[in-house]
Amino acid sequence: MKLDTSGLESAAPVWGAPSELVDGFSAAPSFEVPNTTDFDGFQKEAIQMVKPAKGTTTLAFIFKEGVMVAADSRASMGGYISSQSVKKIIEINPYMLGTMAGGAADCQFWHRNLGIKCRLHELANKRRISVTGASKLLANILYSYRGMGLSVGTMIAGWDETGPGLYYVDSEGGRLKGMHFSVGSGSPYAYGVLDNGYRYDMSVEEAAELARRSIYHATFRDGASGGVASVYYVGPNGWKKLSGDDVGELHYEYYPVMPSTVEQEMVEVGGA
Amino acid sequence: MARYDRAITVFSPDGHLFQVEYALEAVRKGNAAVGVRGTDIVVLGVEKKSAAKLQDSRSARKIVSLDDHIALACAGLKADARILINRARIECQSHRLTVEDPVTVEYITRYIAGLQQKYTQSGGVRPFGLSTLIVGFDPYTGVPSLYQTDPSGTFSAWKANATGRNSNSMREFLEKNYKETSGQETVKLAIRALLEVVESGGKNIEVAVMTKEHGLRQLEEAEIDAIVAEIEAEKAAAEAAKKAPAAPKET
Repeated sequence: MKLDTSGLESAAPVWGAPSELVDGFSAAPSFEVPNTTDFDGFQKEAIQMVKPAKGTTTLAFIFKEGVMVAADSRASMGGYISSQSVKKIIEINPYMLGTMAGGAADCQFWHRNLGIKCRLHELANKRRISVTGASKLLANILYSYRGMGLSVGTMIAGWDETGPGLYYVDSEGGRLKGMHFSVGSGSPYAYGVLDNGYRYDMSVEEAAELARRSIYHATFRDGASGGVASVYYVGPNGWKKLSGDDVGELHYEYYPVMPSTVEQEMVEVGGA
Repeated sequence: MARYDRAITVFSPDGHLFQVEYALEAVRKGNAAVGVRGTDIVVLGVEKKSAAKLQDSRSARKIVSLDDHIALACAGLKADARILINRARIECQSHRLTVEDPVTVEYITRYIAGLQQKYTQSGGVRPFGLSTLIVGFDPYTGVPSLYQTDPSGTFSAWKANATGRNSNSMREFLEKNYKETSGQETVKLAIRALLEVVESGGKNIEVAVMTKEHGLRQLEEAEIDAIVAEIEAEKAAAEAAKKAPAAPKET
């Protein structure tokens, strides 16, 4: 039996509803608002819930010989490690790499999309797109989706006519040019090691070792990073994968177990 | 937004797009324009119909810049030209914004030609009644280029070309006399081509040159008069040499 709720309806005219009495006015554009006490706080909470934490460590830096790009390979969902073998360095085209931090699907899809745009640019203009142009294309796309829940924290690294290029682009629409970047929950640890050991005049091997160490130390301290530390090098002839080492093995390489003398030997107590 | 659904430019039974061909007629009636590419310079020259006494000649410039390193001259409907030029200028800046790079001459020519083509295949519109000559330097390699577009939307690169009134005679002249030139020689070649069909004199032609270092520069009337005088002198000398029998060699 449907309840008669007519007594609950207020006698005053509903604000904003077009009525014959209030002629000439058109209702102000409006939309349904959720029934909460704190609308602004609610919106912020909703975004926080949707925005996945960027559990990862990725880094890239420019040095004399080109660009070094490195990343871990762990994917986590809260406390659950969902994969130890995620490819976080995405090959956009033979001379440009992108790193993945944030939503895996978002990063993969938009990097693939960027690869398509770069190829179309090449075909139309008969010359390769610059790293500046590619990163700007991605940043403009991400900006147009701002506030809609995309989670992308990526670095675009490549080599073009002007030399090595490195840009940081994120889903807030930000885009920064720089010499070194690290993105993800493990980035503070990676920055520590990277900033300490960085010199512009390094050889490719030294730079690769620095990148590897930085990722390893981040995976050691950050629970959301782990798996395999991949290191890529971008030079004048394009990118090349240099190594992919399990961080567990790296640990024992850097800190081998030393046989130590026993402090106290347990003596068997005789008797019943 | 309401859109027209009836196309104006449609095929004829024997495969012609008459509207496009009529547009080319409009171009043929437009003022003569010539463009020449040198090794380090590009030159545009346009016929200037005698300016009315009260008209401010500076407001009626026929050679315009699309960006710091690209310039355009056209023949045909000047009002259509204004619209096309505005769209091209916006595209030049838009390109700078999205890829942080100036446009190449080829890119902006492709854009303008694409726009002209769109208007031959859309409902309710007619083609643009103009052909353009686009010159400029590649922002990275510094190589000069000259391109031409026409109402059908086709475009191609040229070493030298002419459009508008009597373009055939100018093109014939250029084919006969073109050679790789640089600097002032290129300017002279362009003016000589124009003089084939235009009354001689600085006040009847507008000339602009573009170099990599200095961008676009419109030549002053006095400058043009000086070059015209040089050309006339050279022509007279050539005539005289032809008429007089070859002098016997001095031993």
